[in-house]
Amino acid sequence: MTTPARNHLATYEPEGDLMTLNYGPQHPSTHGVLRIKLVLDGERIVEADPHVGYLHRGVEKLAERLSYVQLTPVFDKNDYVAPMTNEQALVMAFEKLLAIEVPARARHLRALLGELGRIASHLLWLGTFTLDLGGALGGGSTQFIYCFRERELILDLFEALTGVRFHYNAHTIGGNRHDVPAGWAAAVEAALDQIAARVPEYRGMSVENGIFVARTRGVGVLPAELALGLGITGPNLRASGVDHDLRRDAPYHVFDAVPVKVITRKEGDCLARTHVRLEELEESLRLCRLLVGTLPEGPICGARPVKQPAQFKIPAGQAYAAIESPRGELGTWVVAAGGPSPHRLKIRAPSLHALSALPHILPGHTFSDAVAILGSLDPIMGEVDR
Amino acid sequence: MMALLMGGLVGVVALTSILTATALGIWFERKLSARMQTRLGPTIVGPFGLLQPIADFLKLLQKETLIPDGADRLLFVVAGPFCIFLALATAAFVPISPDTGLGLDSGLIFVVAFGAITVIPIWMAGWASRNKWALLGGMRAVAQAVSYAVPLVLAALVPVLLAGTLSLDGIVAAQQGFHWFALWPTFPGLPAFVLYLGCLLAEANRIPFDIPEAESELVAGITTEYTGMRFGFFYLAEYVHTLVGSAVAATLFLGGWDGPIAPGLHWLVAKTLVLYTVIYWIRWSFLRLRADQLMSLCWRYLVPAGLGLVFAAAALAQVMP
Repeated sequence: MTTPARNHLATYEPEGDLMTLNYGPQHPSTHGVLRIKLVLDGERIVEADPHVGYLHRGVEKLAERLSYVQLTPVFDKNDYVAPMTNEQALVMAFEKLLAIEVPARARHLRALLGELGRIASHLLWLGTFTLDLGGALGGGSTQFIYCFRERELILDLFEALTGVRFHYNAHTIGGNRHDVPAGWAAAVEAALDQIAARVPEYRGMSVENGIFVARTRGVGVLPAELALGLGITGPNLRASGVDHDLRRDAPYHVFDAVPVKVITRKEGDCLARTHVRLEELEESLRLCRLLVGTLPEGPICGARPVKQPAQFKIPAGQAYAAIESPRGELGTWVVAAGGPSPHRLKIRAPSLHALSALPHILPGHTFSDAVAILGSLDPIMGEVDR
Repeated sequence: MMALLMGGLVGVVALTSILTATALGIWFERKLSARMQTRLGPTIVGPFGLLQPIADFLKLLQKETLIPDGADRLLFVVAGPFCIFLALATAAFVPISPDTGLGLDSGLIFVVAFGAITVIPIWMAGWASRNKWALLGGMRAVAQAVSYAVPLVLAALVPVLLAGTLSLDGIVAAQQGFHWFALWPTFPGLPAFVLYLGCLLAEANRIPFDIPEAESELVAGITTEYTGMRFGFFYLAEYVHTLVGSAVAATLFLGGWDGPIAPGLHWLVAKTLVLYTVIYWIRWSFLRLRADQLMSLCWRYLVPAGLGLVFAAAALAQVMP
C-alpha cells in the first residue's frame, strides 16, 4: 500500500499568504479536546496536523496499579459515549486469561447491552454531527435534541438495570453484576418501538434533506486502501466499502449464533458514513428485539464474586480481546504477571485510528468541510487520549 | 426649535417601539424554537417568560466589555453601534399606515442601500478584532452580502415595475384591495416574493445562510472577540434586521398596511409576524450551507432567476399598464 504524501506544503503553490489556524482545543466542534493545526489558503485547507493528548489521563498506566476488579469503573470513562463496550472488552481479556466460561444468560445480556449502547452512541453521533453542520442555534440543535430525547430512553433502561445513568460498572469478571429487573424486557421493547418509529424523522432531517446531502456528498472521501492502511475499523471502514465487522468475522458473546447484517457503502464520503450508521441503528434495533425476546434462563456470572480485590490474581500470560464497539474494533491487550494487577495493559481505540485519517483527507477541502469530516469520523477523545 | 423637539420625541417613541417589538420578537423566537425542540423556552422571568429579553439585556449591560490586545480600538468600538443604527434606520422608511411615513419618492432605494451597507460594520468588526475566526467570518460576510444584494434588488424591482414607482407608499397603494404582488400577478409576483425572502435570510445572516457567524465552524465569527453590550449590539441588530426586513417584504409583496376593517398598523404587524415566523421556522429546521455553495447558488441560479423575473415584470407592465 502506498500512503499518500502528507506534506502538501512542500509542493503547494499558494495564491496569496497562507494562514495557520489552530482549530481547537477551545472550539465548539472539536468534540471535547482536539487541536488540529490547519494551514489555510483562504478557506481551503493546505495541510492539517491533528494534535491529541489534551484528555490524557494515563489510564493504561493506572491499570498497572489498580487491581483487576477495580478497573471496570475506570475504563467506563474511556469511550464515554458507549461505556458498556469498554467494560466488555476489558473483562473479556481477563476472562480469556482465566479461562472462565461466561454463562449463556450473561453472554446474551452483554450482547444486548452492547447493541443498546450502539443505538445510543449512533443517536448521539447523529445529533452532534448535525450540530456540527447546522449550528447550535438552528436546525442542527433541533435534530440534536431529538436524538438526545431517544437516547434518554436507553439511558433509562441502563439506569433501571444498573442504578447508574452513565458509568455503569455493569460487567464483572465471569459475567454481569446485575440481573434484569422485573418488567425490564417489556420496557426495552417499548423503548425500541419508540425509537424505531422516529428513525424516518431522522432520515428526513439528514440523508433525505437536500442541504445535508449537499454538505456531505463527496466530502471527505476515505479510500478503502487508506482506511485499511491506517487501521480504521467500524462504520468508517464499512462506509469505504470494506466488509468487516467483528460481530460476524470474529464472533463473541452470542454472535456466532445470531447472524448480523453487515452494512457497507462504497462511496466513503460523509454521506456514506451517515447512511451506514443510520442503517446500523436499524439493524441494532432488530438485534435488540431478537436478543431481548430470547434471553435464556440461568446464572448471570460464571465466577465467584471477588471479596478481596487485592487477593484476586490472574495467572501470568497475555491475552487480547476485541469487540465491535460503535466506533470499530475496541481491543484490550493485557499482560498478566501473576499479581493482583496487570503488568501491562493496552487499549486499541478505534477513534485514534479514525483521527489519523485527517491529515490525509482534509487537505483540499474548505474549512467548513473540516468540521463535517471531523464529525463524520465520530471520534471520542476519551478513548483517543485515554 | 419646537419642530426639532417634536421630531426628537417621535424618534424616541419610534425607536422604543421598534426595540420593544424586537425584544418581543426575540422572546417569540425562543418560544417557537423551544416548542419545535420539545423544550419550554423561557418561563421564569415575567409572565410566560416575556421579560427574558430584558433580563438578557441587563445581563449583557453588566458584563465587562473587553477589547483584545492589538485590536483596532476605534473600529472595534464603533462597529456595533453602527450596525444597529443601520438596522434601525431602515425601519424609518416602512409605511405603517396611509398617513404616516416619510412620503419619499424613492423610499425603496434607501431601504436597499441601508441593507447593503450593513456589510461595512460587519467587516469593521471582523477586521478590527484581530482574530482569525473574526477575520474569516468578516470575509465570508462581505462575499455573501455583496452577492446576495444583487438578487435581492432584482426581486425588489419586480413590485417596482408592477407598481410603476420607487415609493414604498406608492407600492402599497398599487396593491390595495388584495392585489398583493405575491398573489397577483402570480407570475412574476410569487417567485419574486420567494426570491426576496431567500435573499433576506442571507442578508440577515439566518440559517441556511448564516455562514458569517457559523458558530460550529468559526466559533462565533465576527463576534468572537465581542463581550457584553458590544456583543449585544450585533445580536440586537440581527433581530432588528430580520424584523424590519420582514416588514419591508410585507410592504413590497403582501400589501403592507393594506387590509379590511382593522387599522393599517395591525395588518402590517400581522403580515410581518407571519414572515418573521417563517424565517425562524426555517432557521430551526435546516442545516447550514457551505460558503462556496452559497456563492454558486447565488450567481448560478438566483441572479439569472432574478433577471428573468425583472424582464417578465417589465414585459407585463408594458402589456397591462
